[in-house]
Amino acid sequence: MNELITMTAAELSAAMSAGEVSAADVTEAHLDRITAVDDRVKAFLHVGADDARAQAREVDAMRAAGEPLGPLAGVPVAVKDLFTTIGMPTTCGSKILEGWHPPYESTITQRLRKAGAILLGKTNMDEFAMGSSTENSGYWTTRNPWDLARVPGGSSGGSAAAVAAYEAPLALGTDTGGSIRQPASVCGIVGTKPTYGGSSRYGVVAFASSLDTPGPFGRTVLDAALLHEVMSGHDPMDSTSIDAPVPPVVEAARHGDVAGLRIGVVSELAGDGYQPGVVARFTEAVELLESLGAKVTEISCPHFKYALPAYYLIAPSEASSNLARFDGMRYGLRVGGGSAEEVMAATRETGFGAEVKRRIMLGTYALSSGYYDAYYGKAQQVRTLIIQDFDAAFGQVDVLVSPSTPTTAFPIGERADDPMAMYLADLCTIPTDLAGNAAISVPCGLADEDGLPAGLQVMAPPLADDRLYRVGAAVEAAFTERWGHPLLTEAKGLSVR
Amino acid sequence: MTVTYEEALQKYEPVFGLETHVELGTTTKMFCGCPTTFGAEPNSHVCPVCLGLPGSLPVTNRVAIEYTIKIGLALNCSIASWCRFARKNYFYPDMPKNFQISQYDEPLCVDGYLDVLVGGKTVRVGIERVHLEEDTGKSLHIGGATGRIQGADYSLVDYNRAGIPLVEIVTRPVPGTGFLAPEVARAYVTQLRDLLRSLGVSDVRMEEGSLRCDVNTSLSPYGSDVWGTRTETKNVNSLRSVERAVRSEISRQAEVLDSGGRVIQETRHFHEDTGTTTSGRSKEEAQDYRYFPEPDLVPVAPPRDWVESIAASLPELPAARRARLMSAWSLSELEFEALQNAGALDVVEATVAAGASPADARKWWLGELARRANDAGIDVSELPITPADVARISELVAAGSLNDRLARQVIEGVLDEEGTPDEVVAARGLAVVSDDSALLSAIDEAIAANPDVVARIRDGKVQAAGVLVGAVMKATRGKADAARVRDLIMERLS
Amino acid sequence: MSITRDEVAHLARLSRLALSDEELDHLAPQLGQIISAVAQVQEVAADGIPPTSHATGLTNVFRDDEPAPCLTPEEALSGAPEVELQRFKVPRILAEEP
Repeated sequence: MNELITMTAAELSAAMSAGEVSAADVTEAHLDRITAVDDRVKAFLHVGADDARAQAREVDAMRAAGEPLGPLAGVPVAVKDLFTTIGMPTTCGSKILEGWHPPYESTITQRLRKAGAILLGKTNMDEFAMGSSTENSGYWTTRNPWDLARVPGGSSGGSAAAVAAYEAPLALGTDTGGSIRQPASVCGIVGTKPTYGGSSRYGVVAFASSLDTPGPFGRTVLDAALLHEVMSGHDPMDSTSIDAPVPPVVEAARHGDVAGLRIGVVSELAGDGYQPGVVARFTEAVELLESLGAKVTEISCPHFKYALPAYYLIAPSEASSNLARFDGMRYGLRVGGGSAEEVMAATRETGFGAEVKRRIMLGTYALSSGYYDAYYGKAQQVRTLIIQDFDAAFGQVDVLVSPSTPTTAFPIGERADDPMAMYLADLCTIPTDLAGNAAISVPCGLADEDGLPAGLQVMAPPLADDRLYRVGAAVEAAFTERWGHPLLTEAKGLSVR
Repeated sequence: MTVTYEEALQKYEPVFGLETHVELGTTTKMFCGCPTTFGAEPNSHVCPVCLGLPGSLPVTNRVAIEYTIKIGLALNCSIASWCRFARKNYFYPDMPKNFQISQYDEPLCVDGYLDVLVGGKTVRVGIERVHLEEDTGKSLHIGGATGRIQGADYSLVDYNRAGIPLVEIVTRPVPGTGFLAPEVARAYVTQLRDLLRSLGVSDVRMEEGSLRCDVNTSLSPYGSDVWGTRTETKNVNSLRSVERAVRSEISRQAEVLDSGGRVIQETRHFHEDTGTTTSGRSKEEAQDYRYFPEPDLVPVAPPRDWVESIAASLPELPAARRARLMSAWSLSELEFEALQNAGALDVVEATVAAGASPADARKWWLGELARRANDAGIDVSELPITPADVARISELVAAGSLNDRLARQVIEGVLDEEGTPDEVVAARGLAVVSDDSALLSAIDEAIAANPDVVARIRDGKVQAAGVLVGAVMKATRGKADAARVRDLIMERLS
Repeated sequence: MSITRDEVAHLARLSRLALSDEELDHLAPQLGQIISAVAQVQEVAADGIPPTSHATGLTNVFRDDEPAPCLTPEEALSGAPEVELQRFKVPRILAEEP
C-alpha cells in the first residue's frame, strides 16, 4: 500500500517541507485510497477531488515560491458534513438538505484552507449530529474499518472511519454529547472535544448550541494537536467564542509526561453496562499512568449519574428550536402542494429521520409551558451541579479519567431502533459537554471479547486542553512501546500493508 | 342594538394598554452587519445571519443596546444589571429561523412611566417593560383581493427587514381615564413618539412603520374590582387610528356585555375605512412560544458607568422641558398642550431664541402656519419657512414696518420660496407706508370724496372715521398702518 | 409517567411534523420511555441552585454598528425552491402571524 497514506500528518508535513514529496502526490495518494476502500467503508458523502487537487497545486506553488507554510499545508483533512463549505454540498447527513450548496463557508474550514490544508470531502454523520452510530444518517451507515459489520460510532462516524481507514490523516468532527470521543474510541483513533467556545461554531450547523464543540480527529495525539491548534481560537462571528489564546496543545503533545500529575478516576463512570474488556483495558491504562509517575485517586462526582437525563433534555430542547428553520421555504427539500403550513409539515415529515423527529418532539415537550420548570429548567440546574462536581474534582486533581464509552463498537442494527440503549453510549462523555470543559479519547488497547478498540478518556478543566495532550502523548508513547506498534495496524477489516 | 360611546361610558370603565414597537435607527441590523436603509431591492440587504442560514450565528449590535437603555432611562425605568435574550418559537414564513430572538422574563428595562399631558391634566402611564428584539421579513400576498393573506394564492417574501432592531415598549394597564380613554391613548403615543424623536434613536414615523402600535382594551362595570377581558387590536397605523380603535372597542365591548355576552380574548384587526375592528385570531388558546434563553448569545450586563454615561447624554426630557417652558412663557397646561399637539414646540422655541416674543411666536406658528401645514398635510416643522424667518417677520411687525395683513403676505412669499422675509418685502413692495406725507395725500383725497362722512365725524360720530380709514387702506393697497391713518384723519379734521 | 398518543400527536403538530399513523404508533411509546427516563432529573434536590444556560460565563459580547458585506440576491436565493420577483415564493399562508 502506498506509504503516504499511513504517514501521520506530522510526518507528511515534514516530508513536504523537506521536498521529499509534493502536496499533489499526497492528495492523489489519499484520493486513490478513497477510491479503493470507500465503497466498503462508506465514510464520505462527497469527495471533492478536483477542488482538492487544485488546493494541492496551490500549496506546491507557494512552497516553490518560498512562501512560509504552516504545519497543515498540503495535509489532507476530511470534513464532517455539518460544516458549511463552498463548492461542496452540506447535507448534515439529512435528506432535508440533499444537494444544498451554502453560499458561505464556516470559519474553521476557512482557517484550514488558509493554512493550506487540503479539504478532501464531506464525511457521513448521524443526521444533524443526533446519534452514536451514524446509523441515523439519511444516506447510509458508515462501516467501522475494524469490522465492517459494526458501527464506527457517531455522530462523527464518517470522520472517524475515514481516519481509521487511512483515507485521511486528519478529520474534523463535532462533539455535543460525545460525538468525537465515542467514535474515536470505537475506531481506535484519537479524538478531542476542545473547551466549549474554544473553536468557532460559525458555519457549523447547530444541533445543541450550548453544547456543540468542533474538534479534531487524528491517528496520533500529535496529529490531533496540530489540527486542534489551527482550527481553534476566537471568532468575532461567534458570540460564544472565547477570546483567549489557544492552549499550547502542540507543545504539550510533544512533551508527554505525567510525572507528579494528579489523576482522578471518576467512580460514577463504571459499573453495570460497562463491557468487561473495556474496563480491563481502562484499568490497565490507569495502572500505566501510575507507573509513569502519576498520582491516581478515586474521585466521586455524585451528580454525573444525572448527566444523561439532563443532556437528553437540554440537547433536544435546543435542537427542536435550531431545526425549526428547515421548513422548505428558503432552501433544501420542499414537499407537498397545499398551504405553507401543510408544506412545512410534509417537508419535515419526509426530510427528517426517526431520531430527529423523536428529539424534536422531546424538546418541544420539555420547553412547553407547564413542563418547562420540571424538565428543561431542572436539567439546567443539574447542569450547574455537574459543573460544581467538576470544579470540586479539579480542586483535588489535575485531570479526570474514565473509559471513553462503555462498550466497543456494537453491531450495525443492534441498537438502531432502541433509543434508550443507543443513548447509553454517551454515558462517559456527556458530563464534559454539559460543563463545557475539554476531554480527549486515546486508544488504550483491544477488548478481549471481540478484539475491538477501547478508549481512555481524559478530562481537563476549561482552557486546560493542553493537559489532555500531555497525558495523551505519555499514554500513547508508553502503549506503543508496549505493543510494539500503533494500535491501528491491528485492524483486520481493511488490509493496509 | 348598537351602543353609543356615551352610553358605554355610563356603565363601564375602560382600561387600555399599549404595546409599541419602535424600529431603531442604527446603521446595521440587530445581529449582523447588514444595512438598515430603506428601499433596497428585495433580498439585497441580507446575509447568512439574518437569513437564518444553517450554521449562522447572531452577534449583538452594541448601539442597539445603547439606544434601548437610552429609551428606558428616558421613560424612568430601571436598567437590568444582567439580562438575556430569549427565543420566541413559532413557525411563520417571514421568520427565517422560525424563532424570533427577543427578550422574555428578563427585559433590559423595567418599571418606568411617562407623564402624558391631556386636556390640561397629567396622566401617568406606567411602563412595564422595554425590551429588544429582531424584526421579521416582509411578505407580499399575491392573488387575493385585499393584498392580505385571506384569499391569496401564494406569498413572496423579502428578508431585507428581517433582523432590524425593534424595541418593544409595553405600558401597564391604564384605568381611570373614563371618557378620555381614546384621547389619552392617542396622547401617549404622540408624546412617546416625540420623546423617542428627541432621543435620536428612531425616525418614529407611523406611516413608514418605524413606530407600530397594538392597542389593548377592556371594560369593567363601574364599581367592580374585576377587570374585564381584554382584546388586542392590531393594524393601528396612525395616531388618529389609536384614538378611533379605543373608541370603537369600547362601544363594541359594551354592546357585547349589554346583550349578556362575553368578550372573547382575541386579536382584532382595525380597519381605517370603517373605524371599527374585526375578529382576527382567537387568543383563547394562547400560543405557547416555548421561550428559553438564547444559547447563541451571552448575557447582557451593562456596566453601571456605561449606563450613567448614557444617562448623562440624554437631552432635556419632555417633563422637564414642559416645566421650563410653561414657566418661561407663562403658559397654562392647556396652552402648552396646544403647542405640543401641533408639533410646534421646537419651532416656537427656536423662534423665541431668534428674538421673537413667546406670544408672537405662538401666534404665528399655531395660527397661520399651522393652518397652512394642515392644508398641505405636513408637520409645521416641514414648512419651507424657518424660525429665524418668523422671528424676522415678527420683528418687522413690532417695528411697524408690517401690519398683520402684510405679514401674512410675506409668509406666503417665503413659503412659495420667493426668498427671505426682507427679500419678499422688497420684491413685492409690501412695506407699510410709514411716510406721513404719502398718507396725507390719500387722506385728503378721502376727506374730499366723502363730505357727508366728514360731517358726521365733526358731529361727534367718530366711528364714521372707519369709512375714511377704509378708503385710505384701499388707496394704499393695505400698506398703511390703520391706527396711524385714523390718528392722522382725526388730526386733519380737528 | 407516560405520554398519550394524542399528546404525541399534539407535539407533532406543534413541531410541524406530519406524522403518519404508523409513525405515531411507533414513536409514541418510545417517546414515553424517554420522557420517563429523563424525568429522573426531578429527583435531584436543586433548591437554590441557579440554572446554567451558558457554560462560558461570558457576558457583553457585542459588535460595532458597522456595515459588513451582504450576500448578493442570487446567493441569498440560491437554495430557494421557488423564486419570483427576486423574492422567496412560498405557498399560501393560512393563518395570521401570531
